[in-house]
Amino acid sequence: MSITLTLADWGSLFLHFISLSLLAVGGAITTAPDIHRYLVDETHWLTDTQFTSSIALAQGAPGPNVMFIALMGWNVGLNAGGGLAAGWPAVALALWGVLITMVGILIPSCTLTFVATQWAHHNRDMLAVKAFKSGMAPLVIALLIATGWLLTGNHENPTRDWPLWVLAGATTLIVWKTKTHLLLLLGFGAVLGALGWI
Amino acid sequence: MSDTNAPRSKTDLFVSFTLLALQGFGGVLAVVQRELVEKKKWLTQDEFIEDWAVAQILPGPNVVNLSLMLGGRHFGLLGALAALSGLLLAPTVLVLLLAAAVAGIADTPIAQGMLRGMGAVAAGLIAAVGIKLVIALKNNPMGRLTCIAIGTLTFIAIGLLRLPLAWVLLTLGPLASVWAAHCIKQQGTT
Repeated sequence: MSITLTLADWGSLFLHFISLSLLAVGGAITTAPDIHRYLVDETHWLTDTQFTSSIALAQGAPGPNVMFIALMGWNVGLNAGGGLAAGWPAVALALWGVLITMVGILIPSCTLTFVATQWAHHNRDMLAVKAFKSGMAPLVIALLIATGWLLTGNHENPTRDWPLWVLAGATTLIVWKTKTHLLLLLGFGAVLGALGWI
Repeated sequence: MSDTNAPRSKTDLFVSFTLLALQGFGGVLAVVQRELVEKKKWLTQDEFIEDWAVAQILPGPNVVNLSLMLGGRHFGLLGALAALSGLLLAPTVLVLLLAAAVAGIADTPIAQGMLRGMGAVAAGLIAAVGIKLVIALKNNPMGRLTCIAIGTLTFIAIGLLRLPLAWVLLTLGPLASVWAAHCIKQQGTT
């Protein structure tokens, strides 16, 4: 797929990610539906397949989930340069796309986090700060368990998907009770999946 | 806190977060507790929960927020940038190389199967982190029973009823915090 991006288009891409940054409460992945609306439905800078495989690839690669944003930028730039076949100029534009999207999504939230947490750390003996941390603790723990639950549970077909539940449950037990290396577990999951058993 | 360490330098922060990020398949959340609390001992369980709460409630990727907090606490702005770039630099390079390499095969059944398998393991890892942290609630000023009640409510709201995260955090969060303030004051006076 090949598209043309003007300087103004790059500008609005940057502004869009800047404006999404502060809405990403609970992780960058919560902005995915809006990015889909903008990049796929509205501007047609990305195909639907490029969008979905960006998320899947970021999940399968090491690093924070926010990497999927870098891949979106990469693909937009690649499309603007005429695809990987067009050679180095396309790669340069793709890297430019990575820079625009990642800097855009990170700058506002990182600035806020840095300023707010430095303040909170200097005032850590204040009752409000202490109460916030103690009060939020049980919520945060429950959120972690719920995230694990939801990641397994978005597969809606129990007769087909029960091995996923068994694998996730077994992993929970193993990590809880032993010190098995996490990469070993992930590799095991990948092999089971590649064999088609999951 | 005699058995806690601190990052030795900005380089230490950069390298540690790079290694942490490279172990984090399907998100870094699952390895972050094991690396920072169990291995590095930069944080105690209690400190981790407190910091994670803040990282979670502020906008932006949770692990990115946590890296900024830890780096900033020990080495100021430069420390925050060191931790952040450690977390992002190597994974960005890797994921782009991967994207260029698998441009054609990401949609094949084998690749999809691998992603499914790794996704299920990642889900289990995250749940296990949560279960491990339950033990740390025994030091909470609200007392264990109240904590379990709040946790159960949160799980029902998010995991079963699938309510939006913002709603749950903005209703249960302030209620729990006000109650925690009350409990801390009571303990101070007795």
